[in-house]
Amino acid sequence: MTTVELVGPRADTTAPGVPSQALSPALEDLSPTPSDRRSLAGLAVWRGRLLRFLVPVALIALWQVASSAGWVSPRTLPSPSTVIDAFAELIRNGDLQRALPVSLRRAFTGLAIGATLGLSIGLWAGLWKLGEELFDAPLQILRAVPFIAIQPLLVAWFGIYEQPKITLIAAATVFPVYLNTYHGVRGVDAKLIEAGQIFGLSGRRLSFRVILPTALPQIFTGLRYALGTSLLALVLAEQVNARDGIGSILLVANLNQRPDIIIAGVIVYAVFGVLIDVVMRIVEKVALPWRVSVQL
Amino acid sequence: MSSSDVPYDGYVVDARGVRRVFGERAVLDGVDVQLRQGDFIALLGPSGTGKTTLLRILAGLDTATDGTVVVPEARSVVFQEPRLVPSRRVWRNVVLGASSARKHRAEALAALGEVGLATHADAWPVTLSGGEAQRVALARALVAEPGLLLLDEPFAALDALTRIKMHELVAQLVARHRPAVLLVTHDVDEAILLSDRILVLANGTIDVDVTVDIDKPRQRSEPRFLELRSFLLDKLGVVPSAAAPALAAR
Repeated sequence: MTTVELVGPRADTTAPGVPSQALSPALEDLSPTPSDRRSLAGLAVWRGRLLRFLVPVALIALWQVASSAGWVSPRTLPSPSTVIDAFAELIRNGDLQRALPVSLRRAFTGLAIGATLGLSIGLWAGLWKLGEELFDAPLQILRAVPFIAIQPLLVAWFGIYEQPKITLIAAATVFPVYLNTYHGVRGVDAKLIEAGQIFGLSGRRLSFRVILPTALPQIFTGLRYALGTSLLALVLAEQVNARDGIGSILLVANLNQRPDIIIAGVIVYAVFGVLIDVVMRIVEKVALPWRVSVQL
Repeated sequence: MSSSDVPYDGYVVDARGVRRVFGERAVLDGVDVQLRQGDFIALLGPSGTGKTTLLRILAGLDTATDGTVVVPEARSVVFQEPRLVPSRRVWRNVVLGASSARKHRAEALAALGEVGLATHADAWPVTLSGGEAQRVALARALVAEPGLLLLDEPFAALDALTRIKMHELVAQLVARHRPAVLLVTHDVDEAILLSDRILVLANGTIDVDVTVDIDKPRQRSEPRFLELRSFLLDKLGVVPSAAAPALAAR
């Protein structure tokens, strides 16, 4: 309505001799059309959910069809149903039940050591100048070493049992935790620290009330990353001389040319990965309630 | 810096000959500021003239290169940004400095009541609007009954309507708590509305020291207000006619 009123007087001001075209630029109608008004938003959400679900299902179906129709050899890629049978076999003879706790224990022991080290050194380097001077340079150098490269060394140092495996996982997880803790603490807004000081906070109280809680989101990022890395290190560690654990199932399956069992083992690792992510998301939600309202 | 229990000459803030040198440049070059309890001084000056430096020296966040600075032990600052700790609920932010927040919850709630935010006590800072967050910062600054309240452009980031409300709130709270107040601002109107005395910093020294002799509450339309306004704008290097071409045209 307002637009209509405005057009009138504006048209009147057109000076004689000036082409009216110069004063009336090309217009575009942006008013909602009937199809805009019909609520398609709900439909779009459901289409999104449906596709997210259907695409993986379709891929597995295609895989099954390709196997059943004989397009791919079962030696190259066994069918989904064969993989399910392999799972059943692993559970029936108890291999999976024996291997799971062994692998999980390795991953969590290594991770606990690595994360504790990374967190302590990161806090020390972040909060105290001396800690930074002592630890940051050597850790930045060590970080450049791909942890995979040290595995033969670890076998030479610690033998072939649990120690080299756990050490490898710890070594792989210490850096993401250290880096994110250190940068999280260092990255706390100086203005916030200043405000804390003005209101009488210093030392331990300033750390616990202002610095650490504010750095927590980034520390969690480091932990989540470390959990993923611990899985990677676990797979690698279990490939060498594994007598038990998921890795040994894979090794034995490989020797016996059982691709179905290998795929089953890989799926177990994948499930670990997904579970880790879900658990970390829940932990973050609980530990950082003040961020929920923006994150949702 | 020394602290003193007995302010001399009745001054709670007594800064004399304050110099602050950054590299080669003396941002403050012999500034004197004295405040008694209940005094409200506004500090004006173009950007980069050391207003905030002087405030930070009085807050204890920066140290003067030279001069004597005596201030109350209990000082508070409200910054341009609210600077609330995001991981602490609103009421815990108000008693941020207390040895035990829980023991001081009642005080926090009372202070929040004074700024009209008692109902937001348990909210997280992210959920507050800019004006609300700044009111929490004000409650935090006043809860410890400071002898000196330092306001570092606390209204600069607020929208015009919220700013008007904040002016009234600050005037009310200052009248009730009676701390000495130093307000750093760019806004000449704000300085005239709120303060008893206005200082203009230029070239590292106090160029103008003028008493605001208008009864409160002050109206922007009063002749004396307009007179002071154009005087100060002139001192700040703004030619009044250039500042208000729209008015001149009408």
